[in-house]
Amino acid sequence: MNNQRSFFFNVDWITVLIYLALCTIGWFNIHAAVYDETHPSIIDPATQYGKQFIWIIGGVVLGGVVLLLDSRFFSALTPVFYSVTLVLLVLVLVVGRNVGGNQAWIAIGTFRLQPSEFAKYSTCLLLARYLSSVNVKVTELKSLLIALMIIFVPMIMIKMQPDDGSTLVFCSLIFVLYREGLSANVLILAGIFIALFIFGLLMKPIYIIGAILIIAGTAIAIFRRNKKIILLTSAAMVLSIAFILTVPFIYTHIIKEHQRVRIDEWLGRASNLKGAGYNVNQSKIAIGSGKLWGKGYLQGTQTRFSFVPEQSTDFIFCTVGEEWGFAGSVTVVGLYLFLILRIIYLAERQRSPFSRIYGYGVACVIFFHFFINIGLTIGAVPVIGIPLPFVSYGGSSLWSFTLLLFTLIKLDSNRMGAINS
Amino acid sequence: MNNFFERRYVIQGIFIVMALALLSRLFYIQLIDDHYTASAKYNVLKRITIFPTRGAIFDRNGRVLVRNEAVYDIMVIPREVKPFDTLKLCQLLGIDKAGVEKRLRKAFTYSRVLPSAFEKQLPLRSYTAFSELSYEFRGFTGVQRSVRTYPDSVAAQFLGYVDEVNDRDIQRSHGYYKRGDYIGRTGVERAYEDSLRGQRGVQNSLVDSKGVVKEKYLNGLEDTAVVAGDPLISSLDLRIQKLGEKLMHNKVGSIVAIEPSTGEILAFISSPGYDPNLMVGRARGNNLVELSKNPYNPFFVRPIQAKYPPGSSFKPLSALIALQEGIITPQTTFTCNGVYWAGNHPVACTHHHGVTNLSRAIAGSCNVYFCSVFDELMNENGSQNTRPNFIDWKGKVNLFGFGSKLGIDLPHESKGYVPIPERYDKVFRGSKWRSSTFISLAIGQGELEATPLQMANIECVIANHGYFYKPHLIKAVGDKQVIRKEFKVQNNVGIDQKYFEPVIDGMQEVVEGGTAAASKIPGIIMCGKTGTAQNNHGKNHSIFVAFAPRDNPKIAIAVIVENSGQGAEWAAPIASYMVEKYLKDTTTTRPSGKTIEWLSAQNLLPALKTDAPVADPKKIITDSLKKVQTDSTKQIKSASRKAKRDTKNLVAVQTKRKEHE
Repeated sequence: MNNQRSFFFNVDWITVLIYLALCTIGWFNIHAAVYDETHPSIIDPATQYGKQFIWIIGGVVLGGVVLLLDSRFFSALTPVFYSVTLVLLVLVLVVGRNVGGNQAWIAIGTFRLQPSEFAKYSTCLLLARYLSSVNVKVTELKSLLIALMIIFVPMIMIKMQPDDGSTLVFCSLIFVLYREGLSANVLILAGIFIALFIFGLLMKPIYIIGAILIIAGTAIAIFRRNKKIILLTSAAMVLSIAFILTVPFIYTHIIKEHQRVRIDEWLGRASNLKGAGYNVNQSKIAIGSGKLWGKGYLQGTQTRFSFVPEQSTDFIFCTVGEEWGFAGSVTVVGLYLFLILRIIYLAERQRSPFSRIYGYGVACVIFFHFFINIGLTIGAVPVIGIPLPFVSYGGSSLWSFTLLLFTLIKLDSNRMGAINS
Repeated sequence: MNNFFERRYVIQGIFIVMALALLSRLFYIQLIDDHYTASAKYNVLKRITIFPTRGAIFDRNGRVLVRNEAVYDIMVIPREVKPFDTLKLCQLLGIDKAGVEKRLRKAFTYSRVLPSAFEKQLPLRSYTAFSELSYEFRGFTGVQRSVRTYPDSVAAQFLGYVDEVNDRDIQRSHGYYKRGDYIGRTGVERAYEDSLRGQRGVQNSLVDSKGVVKEKYLNGLEDTAVVAGDPLISSLDLRIQKLGEKLMHNKVGSIVAIEPSTGEILAFISSPGYDPNLMVGRARGNNLVELSKNPYNPFFVRPIQAKYPPGSSFKPLSALIALQEGIITPQTTFTCNGVYWAGNHPVACTHHHGVTNLSRAIAGSCNVYFCSVFDELMNENGSQNTRPNFIDWKGKVNLFGFGSKLGIDLPHESKGYVPIPERYDKVFRGSKWRSSTFISLAIGQGELEATPLQMANIECVIANHGYFYKPHLIKAVGDKQVIRKEFKVQNNVGIDQKYFEPVIDGMQEVVEGGTAAASKIPGIIMCGKTGTAQNNHGKNHSIFVAFAPRDNPKIAIAVIVENSGQGAEWAAPIASYMVEKYLKDTTTTRPSGKTIEWLSAQNLLPALKTDAPVADPKKIITDSLKKVQTDSTKQIKSASRKAKRDTKNLVAVQTKRKEHE
């Protein structure tokens, strides 16, 4: 009895509420996005919104089951999860169904399983388990390499599908490594490389090289007494210049045609509103025409008259922006930010490193999905097809995120217990 | 917690900054940038124009002259097309296999999901055959359109035709018309375009991304209703219009009949005409080309565009002016011995009428009498006053509607021609011209030219004893039956009422026992005047003008049959049948044996000069319009060359155009 009560109070109900709020928002917006006059009921199982209702109920049940399991279960079974995921990822390449160019689904009866969704979960778990092991430190090269291996193996297999969006999600785990001791320089370097890549596409290399030389020269002049900084700066400078010069090559030879088109559209290097740029343009029109309060539930013209493709999945945020306006946008963005900060807060209050590292993994994955998904609907990032957690239509996505989140809540609810695995 | 605890703030910071970046971008596109709102509206809002039905046109007794007929456009939505029996479709629509493929390809390039026209203007019968089997042709649907149809195939030039607007129409209308609209091109369709066309309606609808209409915009708040075109009630009498077209079959010329008490045109025949139904439907283009190649130019609206010397039919008018001027009284006599001498040039008369008074002169169409009267008129107050006398005479003739447009409600009316004194000044180098110079005007020849409408109008004036109403084709417009004000204004010609009776006596005598005696209608007193206009393009034009009955006249008529012979021979019997049909609704056979059937069967089309290439139809097309005029001008021009040497010669040339009756 006492145990039961403590369990109840130990569950972080705030996170659960945000979860339910996001699921509900998703459900209603899917209703609006694919509203069918012949099936107006929001729980009609013939429609996507009816199905999403079932997924949500399933998700809540799944969350409950997770909360009832023993905490040690997750840590103990982590290697099994990871192995099963890898098997599934191999399997999907062999027997998977190809939908929209991605071999990402395994059909089991009417249910379609997307192994890449669960790969995020098992990778976070294994990463947490490994990094929390005794004698493992990210600051050590060997440990770091093994940690990177854990991330790269599923990532590469997903890339083979080739599901670019899910592949990139794994990159967000760099923040987990950073939190556990990865040098800040790596993060800075990653940031610099992304920036250089973008600038490299927008400007002539000569200007960027000039800018790099000026910045590096200034840095060296200021820290002329500090040999270490001079050395680092010089190295960064040389690397940067080398990178800038290879950007055109990378862009034309490594990045694929369809990705190039999306990047070109995003950066305004090309504009084809009837072709590659159609989705984002219509999506921006939908969101932009929502103004402050939106057009009202089921009243968005862009939404109702299907101007935005894939509106119940990757472009679900259009419906929010169009029908609920800026007020709705702020609410949704606010909920996500609050959720992610809450997760970090939960992670930091764990006594067990396993729980903490796992918590950061959850925060990173959810944040990446949130940022990229909303960003692409307003043209802030290139189009990378990944769902909005808890909101986009789809059972695999919803359940894997539920698993991801509720495992953390479960671990958190047990944080006072003797966890020492 | 470990050594890197503070890094949580870095990570949190990065996440917060990125989330705020998203929010600021959302703030910009949702609250600052307005163009997305416009784009969203542009995406979904579709204005659909609803075309009004064009007003129908009725005859004076409410019989339909032109109405709208439903035809069907076969539309195709390429996406919905399933494999079908091409051959069967070809048979149903009357097209060939290559045509099917071509049309499908065209539709496909237009849109896969929107309907486009596959075959236009299918008549009901073909459409019924198609629609019975339409389940075999998925993706094909019929859409009703309306086109003009003419149940009796009459009055083509009167009604005119509609045509798709061209760039000039669009420009001139200041954007009212849009590409694909129809506009009245000729005839009543053109003159009453504003009433007939109605008002377009607009429906604002919301469409989806494929362009398919989903629902009304703002519940139709900004829609405008379509207003059908006004029906027109024309003054035409379908019975005599049909009869007239029959009588004028295979002849070149016109019939114009007017109700004197109102100015309403009862019959308006231009021959050769064409079947107005040829100007509608799928074969329209071909028919149009075919008709414009016709050397007799069926598009020429002869009643208002052709100009003829009125010939002897002008004599009553001559007489009225002389009476009003006091030159003669009904009792004044001149002695006719078969020739009138204008200077030393003779104007022959058909008979030796002997001592002739006014009525007899009209009845016998005595050239000597009228030349003498005209000579006195021009020399009133001495021969030096010829010029002012002429100007005075011209003014009086103009009052009858000669030499200016009568203002009929049809486009392209001709003015006719009454010579101006300057014309003679030019020809005769100053004002050294005398009555003998243009004595032929006395008998309606010379430079004088009038349209058949003007000639019929003169009969109205005589029938009304001194006034006319503007001849018009449309009695009433719309359901309220509005009549144009200008058609209710009485136009006086400045001749006292008392002078008409003697003239009318003479005209009655023309039919009772004069030149047109063979065309007397049993039981009806018709007053008329024959005319035979000379021209140098072959035989004379046969002219007859009349009104009937003498008391309380109901119909005034002018008939011209080009190059057919004397007035009494063709124009008079034709006019008599028209009058009889109108007044009695039946016809009797003339003792002369010229039945309606016989008249209709006669082919009086002027022979085309074989050496003149038929491929140059323009010369022939302008035949009626220019023939007389060019004759006159040619003569004047050639005369002016000779004038220096011998003015008398010119008089000879002029008066060569004399009358024989």
